[in-house]
Amino acid sequence: MADLYAVQDLRLSLPDMTRKPLLGPAPRIEILKGISFTLPKGEILGIVGGSGSGKSTLGCAMVRLLEPTGGHIRFDGHDITHLDEPTLRPLRRRFQMIFQDPMSSLNPRHRVGQIIAAPLRLHGFTDIQAKVADALDHVGLARPFADRYPHELSGGQRQRVGIARAIALRPEFILADEIVSGLDVSSQAQVLNLLERLVRELGLTLAFISHDLSVIRRLCSRVLVLHRGEIVENAPVTDLFAAPKAAYTRELLDAIPLPDPDQVWA
Amino acid sequence: MADGRAQIRRRAGPRLWLSALWLGLLALAALLAPWIAPKDPLAQDLFLGRLPPFWAAGAEPGYWLGTDSLGRDVLSRLIHGARLALTVALVAGSITCLIGATLGLLAGYLRGWVDIVISRAIDIWMAFPPVLFSILLIAVLGPGLSSIIIAIVVIDWTRFARVVRAEAMAQGAMDYVASAQVAGRSRLSTMVTEILPNVLPTIVVLLTLEMGIAVIVEAILSFVNLSISTDDPTWGGMIAEGRTSIHQAWWVLIFPLIALFLTVLSFSQLGEGLKDRYDPVLR
Repeated sequence: MADLYAVQDLRLSLPDMTRKPLLGPAPRIEILKGISFTLPKGEILGIVGGSGSGKSTLGCAMVRLLEPTGGHIRFDGHDITHLDEPTLRPLRRRFQMIFQDPMSSLNPRHRVGQIIAAPLRLHGFTDIQAKVADALDHVGLARPFADRYPHELSGGQRQRVGIARAIALRPEFILADEIVSGLDVSSQAQVLNLLERLVRELGLTLAFISHDLSVIRRLCSRVLVLHRGEIVENAPVTDLFAAPKAAYTRELLDAIPLPDPDQVWA
Repeated sequence: MADGRAQIRRRAGPRLWLSALWLGLLALAALLAPWIAPKDPLAQDLFLGRLPPFWAAGAEPGYWLGTDSLGRDVLSRLIHGARLALTVALVAGSITCLIGATLGLLAGYLRGWVDIVISRAIDIWMAFPPVLFSILLIAVLGPGLSSIIIAIVVIDWTRFARVVRAEAMAQGAMDYVASAQVAGRSRLSTMVTEILPNVLPTIVVLLTLEMGIAVIVEAILSFVNLSISTDDPTWGGMIAEGRTSIHQAWWVLIFPLIALFLTVLSFSQLGEGLKDRYDPVLR
């Protein structure tokens, strides 16, 4: 299958404002140090790593919330590494993002209907009400939810709204950044089931960022393990759990709490 | 599905309807002043000077709140004074709000050099002593309604800019802003459709506070005789005149003070009350 994303030697550094001298530019911190991978259409890619490993930064670069300082990101053949916002806009419909904390990513003063409709309006869709209703159906929320404000929903329902907003545009790619880390275990399972179903029904390609390997194992077909801005392992999920190659991956695997401490992942 | 969260509604508290009632009365009085004021506010009658209010001994019927030392009816002057007070509150308050909030929003959301320019301007502006600055401005512009309004706008826009900038910065860090960018919304459009609704409750509260402050500033300027022409009745002017005769005729001072106090209080309470009632995000 064709590659939807081709990332080549991606580098990203940000100015370190805490060590900025009084005069002159701040020193830069390298967050991503030359990352290369490809993401074929229809695959579910897990991106794991500890805090500060650069996994969220990589995600932000992929949907161009951040501009990389080096390397290339190709999305379906288009080099989006340094595209400016107006040129990027038509492409934005095709890659969407679900955020970690829906309390922050859903505007508290917009109703759910408005929140889902806004991206549709921006991209000039017609028949918006029907598309909003359709998106709500897809994530299993009843139609009347469109008139609610985000604070009137539960955590799991809010995250469903976040998913509905992302899929309403019928994108080809969705980045899910730690989307279940704020939910309790039963809501986590529901959201993961939902995501799995949507990937199948809508033919999505998904990048799933998480620090929780058991969630990745459940959902993904391939895993990138990031450590300090570099890929330490890039393997199919079954291989990774069966025979982790990198020392850091073994550390992560050992950190998974097991119901039975004597049991090992096999 | 139908849990209680959607049904929560706050009732309009007493502070909302009490303050709205007083301001409504005042607005009515200001609009209908020529018809409802019992006497001509400028008519002097030296034989009827320093009449006490209606309940005190020696009161004259028809002069409800007494007269000042020149025999002018205090109630009629209060009613006519409300016109100026409310005009200044509404016009100066709105223009100040518009300018200050816009600059604050731009600085807080766009950051970068826009923020640097606006923030430095605010810092420099706030270093001027406000009362002296306004007196200086009026002295240069000449007394008059538009000068008062200009003085208030020029001095007080920083109050809005500061607070709105801080609020816009906090909101700008929220994920819904990043989410708008992912959806392809432009920066300016994000500011208006995403950030502004979240800063609006703060702006409304500030606006009502500012209206109260505008009433006070107008009173201060009238007090030092730098408001509109000295003949026209103003609350500040009445307070200044009443001060000189406080031992003989306390009512000339007290009634405009009460009107001023209630008006300023009502404006601030109206803002808080509106926020409580209409902000969809219950805190």
